[in-house]
Amino acid sequence: MSKVTIRIPTPLRGHTQGADEVQVEARDVREALSALGQGREGLLAKVLGPEGELRSFVNVFVGSRDVRALAGLATPLADGDVLAIIPAVAGGGHGRA
Amino acid sequence: MGARDRLAELKARIPEVTPREALALQARGAVLVDVREADEIAQGTPPGALRLGRGFLELRIEQVLPDPQRPLVLMCGSGTRSLFAADDVARLGYRSVSSMAGGFTRWKHEGLPVEQPPSLDAAARERYSRHLLMPEIGEAGQARLMESKVLLVGAGGLGSPAAYYLAAAGVGTLGLVDHDVVERSNLQRQILHTDARVGTSKVASARQALEALNPGVKVVGHEARLGSENVERLLGGYDVVVDGSDNFATRYLVNDACVKLRIPDVNGAVYRFEGQLSVFWPARPQRPGPCYRCLYREPPPPELAPSCAEAGVLGVLPGVIGLLQATETLKLLLGLGEPLVGRLLCFDALRGRFTELAIERDPQCRYCGEGRAFPGYVDYERFCAATP
Repeated sequence: MSKVTIRIPTPLRGHTQGADEVQVEARDVREALSALGQGREGLLAKVLGPEGELRSFVNVFVGSRDVRALAGLATPLADGDVLAIIPAVAGGGHGRA
Repeated sequence: MGARDRLAELKARIPEVTPREALALQARGAVLVDVREADEIAQGTPPGALRLGRGFLELRIEQVLPDPQRPLVLMCGSGTRSLFAADDVARLGYRSVSSMAGGFTRWKHEGLPVEQPPSLDAAARERYSRHLLMPEIGEAGQARLMESKVLLVGAGGLGSPAAYYLAAAGVGTLGLVDHDVVERSNLQRQILHTDARVGTSKVASARQALEALNPGVKVVGHEARLGSENVERLLGGYDVVVDGSDNFATRYLVNDACVKLRIPDVNGAVYRFEGQLSVFWPARPQRPGPCYRCLYREPPPPELAPSCAEAGVLGVLPGVIGLLQATETLKLLLGLGEPLVGRLLCFDALRGRFTELAIERDPQCRYCGEGRAFPGYVDYERFCAATP
């Protein structure tokens, strides 16, 4: 098991009592997300689809690399890795076009 | 080797063409590259010639002309400097390089067509003096900005600072698309607008602010909502599009049209204390980048988008991201530096931290994947935007 940090994007912080980072222990990305979802109802449904796949409007990065360009949710993790969950954000500070 | 010997050696080695031959080659797809100084070019230059000063020639030419097979004809005042320049660009790998004998003097003497490129008057020289002082911009770069056209999608939090600085920088034409009117709650961040203009259209209000700052800029307003039926007409003809819209439906339309029209999409988004920024440009010469759909294939359904109750934004945050969008836009227009293509820059205001993430082209992307037919525009459902 590797100790990793997951960066929580603002829209999901309602599930983490406002915390912008959560530490978990996991061997790969799937385990890390599942550990993050433990006891945080509704969080994982916003990241993973019904088949357990990453949703099309959410990306997960390990370091600076998109896991889709690595081994997806099976991407192995090492101690100290930083996972970032990056959802699509549309806000433009109210520019209506 | 002395200059005279070297010149003789170049004359023996570099093919020379007459101005008439150069014109005929240009008509068949060759590029005429004028390597004279800005003050010489200001007196007249062949129409359609690429005006790259001798000083920046090697640095610039690969960005502007990525295809090494494209035939080039280099020209100067009399046909001497162009021989040296031709030798230099041939070394960069261009296969078919010639020099125009007799230069512009002979071109004019033979009565071939000449055009006057836009030049800077005394007021412009003063206004843009801090740009002119920098060799990376100089007179040629400033003239290029003045000939450039940038479309801002949204005259709100991101569009305000971006449009303000692009107008200040002298971008010749600024298009604005926004169908909203100014509300008092906008003024916490939308600095183009004023308290006195609450209730007026954002496009009209923005025009007033931008023209007051720089009367030389042409502001083209579109009080319209972007949809599949007008997106191509509104975006067509612009060099760069700056997306500062507040909803996914618009962002996907802008992306899809930019992919089809081969325009770079300088994309910024903000949410509370965080911002994201990237340049989506699959048509980038030589090093194509991903599009928005390579990053996010489809928009979230309303029930999974950030809830409206959580929405809000630190007023200064769209300022930070909007100005980075303006910076990327100026870099693209001037062909300077390394654009934020294939990179997503995330700003966390509370941590005071920028994070750069690598985003890759999706070879299966339905919109920008190699050799795919354009699948058409989609009008996604419009629902409460992430930012009020």
